[in-house]
Amino acid sequence: MADPPLIQLTGITRIYGSGEIAVHALDGVDLTIEAGEFVAIMGPSGSGKSTAMNVIGCLDSPTGGQYRFNGIEVAGLSRDQRALLRRHFLGFVFQGYNLLPRSSALHNVELPLIYKGVGRAQRRAAATEALGKVGLAGRAHHDPSELSGGQQQRVAIARALVGDPQVVLADEPTGNLDTRTSVEIMEMLQALNRDEGLTIVMVTHEADMAAYADRLIWMVDGRIARDEPTRKAS
Amino acid sequence: MLWETIRLAIQAIFRNAMRSFLTVLGVVIGVAAVIAMVTVGQGSTRQVTADVEKLGTNIVMVLPGQDTMQGGPGGTADPMFTLAINDAVQEQIAAVALSAPISQSRARVVFGNENRRTDIIGTDNRYFEAARWELQRGRLFEPAEVQSGKPVCVIGETVRDSLFGNADPVGETVRIKALSCEVVGWLKSKGASTFGSDQDDFVILPIRTYHRRIAGNTDVSTLFVSVRDGASIQRTMDDITLLMRDLRRIGRGEEDDFEVVDMKQFATMLSGITDILTGLLSAVAAVSLLVGGIGIMNIMLVSVTERTREIGIRLAIGAQARQVLLQFLVEAIILSLIGGLIGIALGLGLAILGARWLAIPFTPDPGIILLAFGFSALVGIVFGYFPARRAARLDPIEALRHE
Ligand SMILES: Nc1ncnc2c1ncn2[C@@H]1O[C@H](COP(=O)(O)OP(=O)(O)OP(=O)(O)O)[C@@H](O)[C@H]1O
Ligand SMILES: [Mg+2]
Repeated sequence: MADPPLIQLTGITRIYGSGEIAVHALDGVDLTIEAGEFVAIMGPSGSGKSTAMNVIGCLDSPTGGQYRFNGIEVAGLSRDQRALLRRHFLGFVFQGYNLLPRSSALHNVELPLIYKGVGRAQRRAAATEALGKVGLAGRAHHDPSELSGGQQQRVAIARALVGDPQVVLADEPTGNLDTRTSVEIMEMLQALNRDEGLTIVMVTHEADMAAYADRLIWMVDGRIARDEPTRKAS
Repeated sequence: MLWETIRLAIQAIFRNAMRSFLTVLGVVIGVAAVIAMVTVGQGSTRQVTADVEKLGTNIVMVLPGQDTMQGGPGGTADPMFTLAINDAVQEQIAAVALSAPISQSRARVVFGNENRRTDIIGTDNRYFEAARWELQRGRLFEPAEVQSGKPVCVIGETVRDSLFGNADPVGETVRIKALSCEVVGWLKSKGASTFGSDQDDFVILPIRTYHRRIAGNTDVSTLFVSVRDGASIQRTMDDITLLMRDLRRIGRGEEDDFEVVDMKQFATMLSGITDILTGLLSAVAAVSLLVGGIGIMNIMLVSVTERTREIGIRLAIGAQARQVLLQFLVEAIILSLIGGLIGIALGLGLAILGARWLAIPFTPDPGIILLAFGFSALVGIVFGYFPARRAARLDPIEALRHE
């Protein structure tokens, strides 16, 4: 029997509020993502990209529909159970980096391992390795305030990677960066996907960045309007 | 994980050391106040008890006038006693072991270039025995010296110290007003009494010497009575009262013009008062501890708001609600415990100063210290819980979006 798909959304809706003022942020989304894919999501502002990412990332529960992660039905899980899913299988990269201020890069990268209950020495080693992977071995003891935007985002990527997740979810990871730095980040994500088989789902507003992915999903008004391979992949 | 949480909390506390200190100031003050109050209170209670022990628990004093011990009116208007009254008490009441007549006043005692204003007491050897004075050096009075009122004296440690320094006073001659008298004995120190009065600050003369050469009359101002072992103090006091009324010809229905006081009762009453005072002040201090706890809650709430984004990050990477709860709870508890420790140190310091000032023993009570420590932990738990729960209930998405 074949493995269930990594991510499988069926008829997912997410409605904010109710009655007259109800906002259908997601309005029946069907989406399947297999392990090893690099997917970009694009679409106009307010089309539901971030909402979809939150649902996929188990940060949010859909109002309706079915979401199976590795075959597990997420909708029925409690808050704490979803936390466990995130802890063990998911990594996040945010537009605003979201690093702990006044904590070293190393400590930031260690953080997910603390919650995983990994011992101190092992944690140090893994965090150092992850920082090396994103080219920041020499910056381990710097605070975020001492790092450039690109460097901070690389720390965030190291943090997403350190727990060995099955998927990395990145919501506009290059949104705050200049083009040259954005390209560096995208090349890094692409390499991780290609060389380590890491599954990546990324939201972006820039077609140039989406081009690094293999598959492009276009959202409009809470629905998937198009779903196609990128030019590069085809 | 718990260890990690504690480390994290300590880091968070010291990252903002100044604010942390101000946060716990309420707890510091509350704990310090409780510790200082209780320690000083227990010290004074112990002092009272020790005083009673030193004095003997079988002492009764007879004083002219009513309510003199309570500071009421009396004394001056009512007639003093006489040696004859003292002799009657000594001889006619079987339960009286010793009855010493006492007269006293303040005067300056001079030796060489040194002088000191002190209590000049006229009495006889019965007083030394009844009040349990012991000789450091020299001797007490000879019966002949008492009978004929010889110019000899026995001095207390304080007087010896201020007039003679390190030298031996026995055999030297001191002057009190117009009287030159030889120091024949020097008494062992009893130290300070409950309220800091110096018990060793006096010169004792044979009572006839005192009457003739110092007072110029034959008044006796106090009978210092010791009751025989095994005899009932109350019965003896009643007997003394009856005898005194008879001797002083007080008619039926008339008020006593003297007072009989049981020293043990008096001391017990005093220590009762200190206990009540200690209790009251401690209650006030406990309220300030409560206020301190509210201070911690206040700052922890601010801290949760300030660190909303941090909480969002932790939740996003897989922290469970109870882990976030524990983080903030541990932080509040450690904060409160640090406050408690500082407060204990400060309170003990204050108690040392207070004990020195009041001249009472410094008696730290491990039980109270432990209690204060436990109570500050409790304050941390109680007042840290609400902010911690608020942190744990944050929605990760909204927390991440927080500015
Ligand atoms: N917490 C919320 N409460 C109410 N409405 C919300 C909430 N979050 C999102 N929405 C609404 O849901 C819709 C989708 O929002 P979402 O953030 O997913 O858009 P997006 O595609 O990520 O937009 P952008 O490109 O600007 O980030 C929007 O209309 C938004 O106003
Ligand atoms: Mg968005």
